[in-house]
Amino acid sequence: MQKLRDEIVAKCKALLEDGTVDRVIGWEKGLFDYDCSPATFTKENIDELVYNEYCGSNLSKYLVKESKAEGNVAVLLKPCDTYSLNELLLEHRVKKEKIFVLGIPCGGMKDEKGELLMKCNTCKGNEHKIADEVMDSDLTVPEARDRFELVEKLDGMTPEERFAFWQGELSKCIRCNACRNVCPACTCLKCVFDNHASGIDSKANADSFEEKMFHIIRAFHVAGRCTDCGECSRVCPQGIPLHLFNRKYIKEINELYGEYQAGETEDSRPPLANFTKEDAEPSVIYEKGRD
Amino acid sequence: MQINENGEFRPTIVAFCCNWCSYAGADLAGSSRASYPADVKIIRVPCSCRVNPMFILRAFERGADGVILCGCHPGDCHYSTGNYYARRRMTMLFGMLDYLGIEKERTRVEWVSAAEGAKFSATMNEFVSAVKELGPNRKLRDLRCKN
Amino acid sequence: MYKLSIDNLNELFALIGQDSKVYAPIERAGQVEFFLWSVEEKVRLDALNTVKSAKGFFFPQTEVLYKTKLEGKKIEIEAAEDAEEPTVYFGVRACDVKSFDVLDKVFLSEPVDSYYAAKRKHGTIVSMACSKPADTCFCGLFGIDATSPAGDVVTWIVGDTLYWDSKTEKGEALTVKVKELLVDADDVEVKKQQTEVKEMIAKAPLHDLSLEGFGGDALDELFNSPKWEALSSACLGCGTCTFVCPTCQCYDIRDYDSGHGVQKFRCWDSCMYSDFTMMAHGNNRTTQLQRFRQRFMHKLVYFPANNDGDFSCVGCGRCLQKCPQSLNIVKVIKALGGKKND
Repeated sequence: MQKLRDEIVAKCKALLEDGTVDRVIGWEKGLFDYDCSPATFTKENIDELVYNEYCGSNLSKYLVKESKAEGNVAVLLKPCDTYSLNELLLEHRVKKEKIFVLGIPCGGMKDEKGELLMKCNTCKGNEHKIADEVMDSDLTVPEARDRFELVEKLDGMTPEERFAFWQGELSKCIRCNACRNVCPACTCLKCVFDNHASGIDSKANADSFEEKMFHIIRAFHVAGRCTDCGECSRVCPQGIPLHLFNRKYIKEINELYGEYQAGETEDSRPPLANFTKEDAEPSVIYEKGRD
Repeated sequence: MQINENGEFRPTIVAFCCNWCSYAGADLAGSSRASYPADVKIIRVPCSCRVNPMFILRAFERGADGVILCGCHPGDCHYSTGNYYARRRMTMLFGMLDYLGIEKERTRVEWVSAAEGAKFSATMNEFVSAVKELGPNRKLRDLRCKN
Repeated sequence: MYKLSIDNLNELFALIGQDSKVYAPIERAGQVEFFLWSVEEKVRLDALNTVKSAKGFFFPQTEVLYKTKLEGKKIEIEAAEDAEEPTVYFGVRACDVKSFDVLDKVFLSEPVDSYYAAKRKHGTIVSMACSKPADTCFCGLFGIDATSPAGDVVTWIVGDTLYWDSKTEKGEALTVKVKELLVDADDVEVKKQQTEVKEMIAKAPLHDLSLEGFGGDALDELFNSPKWEALSSACLGCGTCTFVCPTCQCYDIRDYDSGHGVQKFRCWDSCMYSDFTMMAHGNNRTTQLQRFRQRFMHKLVYFPANNDGDFSCVGCGRCLQKCPQSLNIVKVIKALGGKKND
């Protein structure tokens, strides 16, 4: 890992030296070994860049801000992060011409306890979907489990059991909005939940309805655009399995409208902004799981 | 939700009807004297795809026991394609409500044309009795809105 | 000093619960928070920090201030629910107990916040000394001794024994109530544990922080520091740090229109949000850098300037654990202030 890090720094230095880019978005060391933070580097401090197994955060969302600033920017993206960048490009949220994508290999990322991050359990593989250059490495990605395992388990429960499960999970929500703010698909300039004029903004869940409302709408808004990067669940201070909302939508979309992986390419059409005349009727929901 | 003087549960049903087909269908139901329960409150929308998932949730928040969305038949949308989008969206939303353990029978989409007054009244009668059977909506409402 | 066996905790809670509510660290859906105790709940006294801090006892995340009801042309006003019920808060850590001092300065200075004051008056705090501080703990920086917290009653857990020592009148009253479960004890075991834990704290990774250079006098210099940009650049603008923080005390007051009346409620607000202190002309702080700076300047400069030099941080380390991008007050202290032996 240290060797890879040194190679990445050398590559970034070269990019900064020859003027290809003015800044590099990467990670810097935190207070301990396990708390690396995203950071922007220039020629002066590029040596402080780190890359290790605690660099789980997805840097693609920072490009929305960075690609609007002056100068060009290089970004370090792991294979799964490149899906998010494709999605941002598809939605014209970032300017590709200002970005140099340095694809970096990944062998699975860990949380502060040293365990594999939830999102790495269902790894999408080691292929960078978009990159100007990919660093070589002998890292192997972790073995992927079936990502719909838990969704199917929930689908198999009775409605009462499901309700109890989600009520328990969602009642922990403190409405910090971390899941929304970290999400590379959530790039509205003004979120409806921040807009007082919308009548539904709320800074705290005063009623259990509000936590359901927030999470249903948050997941719905990214349905068909969510690349399943897993950042929402990674950042939740309460450990709510938010990715299970997104994966439910992904699973339904795959089953009803054909396999679709958001961010696979930068010119696909999101399934909820699309239709066919032969689409299933909404009543398909009532027929499902009825015994 | 209302309980009438006999102690009987009367559901509150919100029906979003598109201006061009279903709202006219409701009109026709009225003018041809086809009856449907007064529990149904109609909200007219320009097109079925105007209905944002938030509208459905808000209706439940404010005390609806069932929400039904009516639009032109697929292929007949006044704006050509609106109801195709609505169809996908509502399928996704209703699937999510079911996933959260909220009775899926409380939500429905029906296509009702301007000529289908009889269908409108039959649909509403059937939906109201289905929701009545489920009882009041307790899982998806804001308790602060209780009387 | 008294003692009782850990196995008798439920009896203790049940006895206290006879005429007051009992809150304790309880695990639900995998997370430990302070919840109302009942015999079915899973009490987790071994958990160091609850996710949300203890400030919610007296300053809940949402709180109805009053309700109005409209019938025809008549408006009825209903006062908020009674907060006069005696309540015991069990297992509060030293840092959280200290945070009540910070909150008191805000809510109990004139004009007194009656909602806060009522809950504070009827609450008895049973604190618990730490036996295993985490890497992220730095309460020592603010003069807090994790091995002997403040509170009405202080408890220590050594092995399977809970040691109990009342410190105030309220604490005495509680002790009298549960006397039948307590046995007289000496403090040998407690002293031994305290010495051990103090050694651990002295070796903890964050033991050598220094607040030199912070405080009211350094306002201009710190405000204009060029380092804020790098410090805040990764900030997502979520409210995690403020909502898990035991001393963040900003709130918003809102109306909820229920269709036939209005509920006036207040809820925690976060200076990290774009609509924080929104006014007709917009927001005072338009960039995330400004919002980020506000949070730390408030804790390390503005608050001490107005409160005899007391900082508005207690070193619980929650922001270190919970920030999605690992930004936190320790990084700010290190970057802007000094570190001993540096």
